[in-house]
Amino acid sequence: MSKKKIMQLNCPIPKLDFDIITLGHGSGGTLTNKLLDSGVFDLLSNDILDERHDGAFLEMNGKMAFSTDSFLVSPIFFPGGNIGELAVNGTVNDLAMCGAIPKYLSLSFIIEEGLQMTEFWEILVAIKYACEKANVKVVTGDTKVVEKGKGDKIFINTSGVGNIHPKANISEKNIKTGDKIIISGNIATHGMAIMSVREGLEFDSTIESDTTNLNHTISKLIDEFGNAIHLLTDPTRGGVATVLKEIAISSNIGIDIFQKDLPIDSQVASSCELLGLDPLYVANEGLFLSFVDATIADSFLDTLQNDENGIHAKIIGSVVDEHPKQVILESAIGGKRMVSMLPGEQLPRIC
Amino acid sequence: MKFMSEYRDPELAKKYLEEIKRTVSRPWSIMEVCGGQTHSLVKNGIIEMLPKEISMVHGPGCPVCVTPLYLIDKAVHLALDKNVILCSFGDMLRVPGSQKSLLEAKAEGGDVRILYSPLEAVKIAEDNPDKEVVFFAVGFETTAPANALSVIHAYKRGLKNYSILASHVLVPPVIENVLEDVDSHIDGFLAAGHVCTIMGNFEYYPLVEKYKVPIVVTGFEPLDVLQGILMVVRQLEQNKSEVENQYSRIVKEEGNLNAQEIIFEIFEVTDRLWRGMEVIPMSGYSVKEKYKDFDADKKFNITIKEAEENQDCIAGEIMKGIKKPFECPEFGKKCKPSNPLGAPMVSSEGACAAYYHFSGLVER
Repeated sequence: MSKKKIMQLNCPIPKLDFDIITLGHGSGGTLTNKLLDSGVFDLLSNDILDERHDGAFLEMNGKMAFSTDSFLVSPIFFPGGNIGELAVNGTVNDLAMCGAIPKYLSLSFIIEEGLQMTEFWEILVAIKYACEKANVKVVTGDTKVVEKGKGDKIFINTSGVGNIHPKANISEKNIKTGDKIIISGNIATHGMAIMSVREGLEFDSTIESDTTNLNHTISKLIDEFGNAIHLLTDPTRGGVATVLKEIAISSNIGIDIFQKDLPIDSQVASSCELLGLDPLYVANEGLFLSFVDATIADSFLDTLQNDENGIHAKIIGSVVDEHPKQVILESAIGGKRMVSMLPGEQLPRIC
Repeated sequence: MKFMSEYRDPELAKKYLEEIKRTVSRPWSIMEVCGGQTHSLVKNGIIEMLPKEISMVHGPGCPVCVTPLYLIDKAVHLALDKNVILCSFGDMLRVPGSQKSLLEAKAEGGDVRILYSPLEAVKIAEDNPDKEVVFFAVGFETTAPANALSVIHAYKRGLKNYSILASHVLVPPVIENVLEDVDSHIDGFLAAGHVCTIMGNFEYYPLVEKYKVPIVVTGFEPLDVLQGILMVVRQLEQNKSEVENQYSRIVKEEGNLNAQEIIFEIFEVTDRLWRGMEVIPMSGYSVKEKYKDFDADKKFNITIKEAEENQDCIAGEIMKGIKKPFECPEFGKKCKPSNPLGAPMVSSEGACAAYYHFSGLVER
């Protein structure tokens, strides 16, 4: 039985006297309460949220990380997940990349009227399970409804906070020549899973999004390697190429990467070829890049490969003195080329 | 990975490169006709690996690049019509028209949809009987069969709301145009493998006969391109000028006869304007009279004011191989992929964009 089926069986949608969400559900009046009382609060229940105050009361000490992200994926349900778990994992992972241990999230919905309640419920259930898996609590939130045509079914914003891991010292400033760059798994998987179900571009495949929370994996790595981990970053939009180029520019370092070492699923690679997309620029989820001290690179890789989120991890390159601000890729046949940023969204080619 | 990694084998690549070095004795200019080959050369860093005697010249085979300005303006005009759903291949969207691109038309509320197959557009027409659905049918001979097939499907289903804005161009006439230009000195050609998959090799025999240049039908993977270059160099060094087929695993001598039949059911050969170049006689396809109801050009009768190309752009000289992208004074300065002055900077297969993205010639 699939993961999704099990989730729905455990959290059946409550009996409601409405099937679709309308403008009234965002009015703040009776309908809003009806929507929230229908099970939203029950589903995400925890001591802080249950107080139902205007904001959340939190007790936190020490250095913290704070992050926010908005999620507008289309379609909202895609192979391997939906916008709900994406919204939780996205902010959880952003916090983890800061070396933080994510703890509390805010959760805001902007819903386009007409969204089926069954769809909303499925998204909520995904949020619940993603929170449990990442060990974070939704402590405050908001729901607004916009007129038909003024949204794309549902937009979600999450913000989150968490304490910095005591052994973490993550900063671009720590990167130095010789650092090894390690990728935690196959590239371009999430982007191509979305592409495979996008209207007009559909193709048959079994590619599933790899969206997941990375905080436990990161926490374990920081436990073991502490400040030998210089930088962590998740190459979401813009893909691996864009993130590396951004780091090269902002840190004034040179980066060499090797195409033969870039892990990619064969179906994903084929579909990228078919559509004329460069997997280096395709969006990722559930994936992170680490810049680590060369002395620990092999043992870091070993630990990562023994984690469920790092089975396909590989060392893909290193930081060099030559060509500051430039990322140079050695192609599969040994030629060299520059890796640059894209001017906009990658568009499928004619032929 | 089957059919991909085999053609990216570093050891074999090294052997081809060594063989090319052994064979070459003096400078040669070789034009790869197809934008896909340009992309492969630059993306895999092949140009820098070749011996200095070999100069690769990037040809006009980028369909996005050579689609004339007035046709993009027409597509934009249609896209902004509330009654029209304009469907297009993805990389046409960013190409600047005289006023705006399709991407900008989309941002202004135009219903512009990116498709991978024109048959998808026929389905959209079926699903939206109250809208006019126009497919921007761009490309070389390669995409012509699928575009023609979409018209056949729409015709058979009796759809009255489907049409194509055809902008098809043909490879052999543009090769001849390059050969006729006194300023371009091309010694040999890599012909476009996928075009020949459809059309076969027969159109190239008169060209090698008349102009005494080797033409090697070549694929797109790194090893294909390297082998194609080696085959051209061997011919040149032996003073031969023949049509050879490097891409024989795909290309048959006669091409794909079924596909050709579909093309010529819908299209007839016509004169075409090439963006950055000129009107080349009998160098494109237009929709036959029998199917005029499916020809967006006739159906909508749009008159577009003729627009001037940006005078700073030297696209024509680039595409004929007279100049290299970095020889253009505006390359990487005023002209960038985010603000292209002309077509070769737009598509990833355009010579200027390929150089901009992949080679270290501009400071960004």
